[in-house]
Parts: sequence; structure tokens; C-alpha cells
Amino acid sequence: MATKPSKTATAAPATTRNAPPKTRRGSAGPNQWEYAPAPESTKIVHLRERYEHYIGGEWTKPSAKGYFDTVSPSSLEVLAKVAQGSAKDVDRAVAAARAAFDGDWSRRSGAERGRFLFRIARILQERAREFAVLETMDGGKAIKESRDIDVPLAAAHFFYYAGWADKLEYAFPGRRARPLGVAAQVIPWNFPLLMLAWKVAPALAAGNTVVLKPAETTPLTALLFCEVLEQAGLPAGVVNIVTGDGTTGAALVEHPGVDKVAFTGSTAVGKRIARAVAGTDKKVTLELGGKAANIVFDDAPIDAAVEGIVNGIFFNQGHVCCAGSRLFVQESAFDAVIAKLKRRMDTLRVGDPLDKNTDVGAINSNAQLQRITELVAAGSAEGAEIWQPSGELPARGYYFKPTIFTGVSQSHRIAQEEIFGPVLSVLTFRTPDEAIEKANNTPYGLSAGVWTDKGSRILSMVDRLRAGVVWANTFNRFDPTSPFGGYKESGYGREGGLHGLAPYLNFDGRR
Amino acid sequence: MATTKKPASRTAAAPARLGVPKTYKLFIGGKFPRSESGRSYEVVDLRGEFLANASLASRKDARDAVAAARKAVKGWSGATAYNRGQVLYRIAEVLDGRRDQFVAELVSLGATQRSAVAQVDAAIGTWIFHAGFSDKYAQVLGSANPVAAPYFNFSLPEPTGVVAIVAPQDAGWSLRGLAATIAPAIVSGNAVVVVAHETNPLSAISFAEVLATSDVPAGVVNILTGSAAELAPHLASHMDVNAVDLAGVDDSTLAIDLEVRAAENLKRVVRPRTLPAAHVGTLDEIQQFTELKTVWHPIGV
Repeated sequence: MATKPSKTATAAPATTRNAPPKTRRGSAGPNQWEYAPAPESTKIVHLRERYEHYIGGEWTKPSAKGYFDTVSPSSLEVLAKVAQGSAKDVDRAVAAARAAFDGDWSRRSGAERGRFLFRIARILQERAREFAVLETMDGGKAIKESRDIDVPLAAAHFFYYAGWADKLEYAFPGRRARPLGVAAQVIPWNFPLLMLAWKVAPALAAGNTVVLKPAETTPLTALLFCEVLEQAGLPAGVVNIVTGDGTTGAALVEHPGVDKVAFTGSTAVGKRIARAVAGTDKKVTLELGGKAANIVFDDAPIDAAVEGIVNGIFFNQGHVCCAGSRLFVQESAFDAVIAKLKRRMDTLRVGDPLDKNTDVGAINSNAQLQRITELVAAGSAEGAEIWQPSGELPARGYYFKPTIFTGVSQSHRIAQEEIFGPVLSVLTFRTPDEAIEKANNTPYGLSAGVWTDKGSRILSMVDRLRAGVVWANTFNRFDPTSPFGGYKESGYGREGGLHGLAPYLNFDGRR
Repeated sequence: MATTKKPASRTAAAPARLGVPKTYKLFIGGKFPRSESGRSYEVVDLRGEFLANASLASRKDARDAVAAARKAVKGWSGATAYNRGQVLYRIAEVLDGRRDQFVAELVSLGATQRSAVAQVDAAIGTWIFHAGFSDKYAQVLGSANPVAAPYFNFSLPEPTGVVAIVAPQDAGWSLRGLAATIAPAIVSGNAVVVVAHETNPLSAISFAEVLATSDVPAGVVNILTGSAAELAPHLASHMDVNAVDLAGVDDSTLAIDLEVRAAENLKRVVRPRTLPAAHVGTLDEIQQFTELKTVWHPIGV
């Protein structure tokens, strides 16, 4: 090739990029494949009209602020009224957790704690369908995900940590591990039951008691979980659930009676928590935002990579802190990858999350839908090129089409800010060094993906990516044995695996 | 040749030798600059007698030190663990070779001969402890994770990046406090910016001479002398610092202020603490400046 490329040579790829993919057939989109509706029945779920806090094993009326509605983001129906927690409610819950910690719970052996956790795991498995349906009703995620991922993984987390409860001396040889006391846990709305499991299971295995605040928009599976606790016979006060908004969460993490704070949520709130605990003895783990790079080399198995890209960003409507929201494609593979990606996106079924054929469900709340809409508008305004599959969105409910932006540059808001929706920013690179440079150019560091057939390149990329989880030739895989957590502004501490135990323990003697 | 002659006593006859006092400067990026601010402060012995003018580092010096540290991270963290271990061992060797000098310096500042010797020896021991840990901590802290699907999954600790340290300020820790805080940070590949013992910064700068001759790459350790209360807030709010070790922050109001500042980019914070007299080092101290990375890869043909 000549050193100076001719005009036509440079212009050629640009035209191909703008052209519609050749492989697109007819009126693409969900209409391409007609399916009869296959909604999961909601009859299995029996909701109360109103839920109070679960404190000391009792349903407890909120002290002051009354109740708020929790709404299905797909049907927009009010599912139930839920208590708004005040500082006084939090105080009661912390007192109940402290009493349980000082009382019954601390007298239980590790083996007994483990048995309670095993029971909880089993009951979750027994009632899996009920939890899956309720999760989808309250949060809007596709039933096939709540059924196949959220609920089974939540049960698996309890099963995994159950086994650690009487084996702490193997986890930390030569040291006596002691529980911290009362753990304050605040969880997000994207994986409500699963995040509960990530928090509660290791806390109890280590011998702590818990006050947990579920997210404002998705409190119901946590409240249903209280029935599981009762069926499992867990002593009163070991797990307490206080519902409410951000003020309830703030009151909980700032409460002087808690020894441990575990938070999953936004980086902005994570920073507030880090400030609030300054000067205290509280141990903290923060699992915060992300803007993961998913890097595709030209030697990657393209079909597998496209599945990984789709799973990386459209899984759970993109409401995933570790979502592969920045796609980096090697320039030489750009046309092929984007054409296949668009074709694949055309087959994604967006709609009723309770329908078993649905791939992409409802956006969790109107507020989140507004945020996604605003950032997508910013993407277009800043000059990136938007593409969405054809097909209609349901008339009712909060939905957003799977969206990709090409022609994105590093400085665009859609390349910098966490969108937390089904929106993918596509960037390109030429060399591995450039990919690393761009991928690491973010304050976040939660996760990353690499797609290439070359083993030594995988290991070199894995080594240089500044992220807590790196998926090579796969994406968005989770397992109770696998530690999860971020670098930099994605937070600190790990959840899952052996490494998820230590944040809930103090040690006699130094290691 | 074979005659053994006692050296003539110089002190008796000759007038007292006019010594050549050392200029104590900062240690940034492998060089020994004065503070860009041109400021200095007096270091005195127990009786209040003048010993030296130490550089009073400024905010700009702190920024320069962070830049030097950031530049050093890639090479140092990319070095093999074996190599880092040998470099740390070399620090102990060179320190040991200059043992008398460090003892004399500590004595000039008021330490007893015995405590000075004990401190220097403790510092040497701490460096050797960490030299031997460089290629082991990852084996203890890492794991292979048996996930319930056909994936190979493992977790490994990696250095967090740039660590800012306020060295212990207790009496008897001016030298060994540096070892106790620097070694666990750099053994894994971090680069550090250290605010030295404020009233006895001399050991820190003499120690920098050890570092400069021990194959420690430039910028891996940067030492500032001056006021912790002045420098630490800048380091705690610096957006290119990944972690802070507040070991020597005795003022609890300052400690809270620093932790609040550190939250701005979610620095890892190690809160103020008193190190036990028998301290050599712990795996926990190494772990607190590492990040755990978990890697997944499918298993298939």
C-alpha cells in the first residue's frame, strides 16, 4: 500500500458504514418472527396491600412518614404500598440487630449459622418461580433473566456462604476471625434479590446481624424474603429490612450503631458514604458505577463476540453496573462487527417483561428512562450517529429501544458517563496499546471484556486493563465463588468468593 | 611492609576538623531537588541546637512528586516479582552498609545509642521481610475459583497505583517508620509519595540516598520533608493518587479532613494507627494497597 492513502480508499469504509447492513431482511425487528404472547402467570404471587418494616422478626409500623407506592414499570399498576423509613425506624432496626447480635446469634456455632443459610438457599429454590415473577413485576426485568439468573444465583450465594460459616479457620488460617457486629446494607434496584443475597449471605456466614434497605423502586422481593427467613426459622432480629428512599439509606449508613457499611449503587452516593464514615471505625465496601470497555480484536470469533456484545449491554436493559457500555472494535473488523450486531439487534424482542420470549424488558422507573433519554439526546447532539432497530415499543410502560452509537469519541458524554440503560457507544482502535489507553481512560474500573483468538494477547490485555473483573471471550458472567468489585471510582472491597468474607470480619492477631 | 603502626592521633595535635555538613533536600523522581518554594525549616537536636536546614516542601513539590510516582508505576509494577524482591533486598544491603551513619544521625538527634541501633536494625529487618514477600503475596491472596459453569476463573492481586503516605511521627520511628509504610506499598508495584517524620526528617533524606543507590527506579519512592498538616491535604485531594496511608496523622481532626478529601476520587484510605514495637510487616499491610482482579475465560475446544 502507498504511504499516502488515496481519497477513495479513505472514503470507502465511511460509505459502507453508513449503508444499511446488506443482510437485513424485509421489515426487520420483532415483527420478523411472530410469536404468540407467552406471559408468565402472576397468580403465584400474593401481595399484601401494604408492607411495614420487618424489624426484630415483627412487621413494624413506620414511625412517622407513612407509605409510598411501588409501581410496576411495565404495567404501571401500583403493586403495593411500602413503608417509608425514618431515622427512628432505622434506629429501631439497628437496636434489634444489635440485640440479636449480642444475644441469640452470637451463641450460635458456625455450623448452626451455616444450617440457617442452607435452609434459606433451599427455600429460595423451592419458591423460585414466585420470586422470579415478583422480581419481574416490581423491577421490569425480563422473566427469563429473573427466572434463569437472578433467583438461581441468589440461592447459590446462600448455598455457597452457608458452607463457609463453620470454616472460617480454613479461610483465614492462623487467625481467629470475629464478626464485626451490625452490618448496614443498602442495595440497588437492578438486581434486587440477587444483591440482597450478595450482602446478607456473607454477613450472616461471618456471624454478623443485618439491617438492609432495598431500593425504593424494588422493595418487594426483599419483603417476600422475610417470609423465607421465617420459614427457615432464623432468630428474630438477625435480618431486619427497612424500606424507604435515599434518606432512609443515609440514616442507616450514618447510624453510629452500625459497624459495617456495604453499599451497591451509584458512584456519587458511594462518595457521600465514604465522607460520612470518615473518622469512624466502620468498615466499608462500595460497589459502584462502571463504564466497561468491551474490546473486540479482528481475529475474534465474530459471531460469539456479537453475542457477547449484546449480552454485555442489553442484559437487564443495560441496568448493570458492569455492563459493556463502551465497545472498542479494531478498525479492520468494524464493518463486519457492526453489520452483524445490527442484524442481531433486529431480532431482540423488547416488551412485556413477563413474556417468556422477551429479551429486553422495561426500564426500571420513569426517572431512569428520563436519564437514558437525556444522555441519548446528548449523544446525538454531540455528533455521534445513532442506530436503533425497527419495531414498536409497548404503548404502556417505560421502555427504551436497544441503541447503538457509532462515531463516538472519548470526550462524548456517552463515552464518559454511566448511562445504565440499553445504550452502547462504539469506538475504534488500531493497536492493542491504543485499546488499553482508551479503555483505561475513565474514572471507573469495574469490569472489562476482551475478544480475541490469541491466548497470549488475552493475557497481556487482561494484565493491563484496570478493572476488577475481566471477561475474556465472554461477558457478564457471575458466580458465588467469583470475587466481584472495582478499581478506582468503581469502589472498593470484594463481594463473592473467599474474598467476600473478609470485609465482614475482624481478626485477632495480624497476618 | 610487615610493620604495624598505630595511626597517629589526630585529635590531640591537629585543630578540630572542619566538617562538611550535608544539605538535606527532597527526593523526587530519583533526584534531590530543593523545594521549589525555596523554603526551609530548622532541624534541631534535643537541646534545641541547630542541626540542619531541611527543605520545607510545598504543594507544588507534592504535585511534582505525584507526577514522578505516576510515571514510575508502569515500569515498577511491570517488573517481575523476583526483580522487585531483589531490589528491596538491595535496600536492606545498602542500609546495612551504612548502619553506623544512620545510628550516628539518630544519636545526634537525641536517641540513645541502644535505641538508635535497635531502630536501624528494625528497619533493615522490615526491608528483608518484604523482599521475601514480593513473589509470595499473590499466591496467598489470589485464588482459583470453581465457578459452576465451563469457565476458567482466577483472582490475582495487583498494585493500586500511586500511594501517598504520612510516615509515622512517633519518637523512635523516623527511620523504621519509613520501612514499615513504604515497603508494604512498593513490594507489590505501587509508587509512593511519603511525607517524612516532621521533626526528624534527616533519616528520611539519608534513607533517600540509600534508595538512590539500590536500583530502585526513579520515582518509585518520593520523599517530602516539611509539614504533614500542610502537605497531606493536597495529597489526599490529588485526583491522581489512588490510596493514602494516614499512619502518622496524630491529629484526629486532620485525619477526618483527609479521609473526606480522599473520598473525592474514592482513594483507598488506611486510617491512622500506632505500629506495635515488634512490628516487622504483615500481609494485611501489603494487601491494603492492592486491587483484586478476577478473570474469566471459557473452557472449550
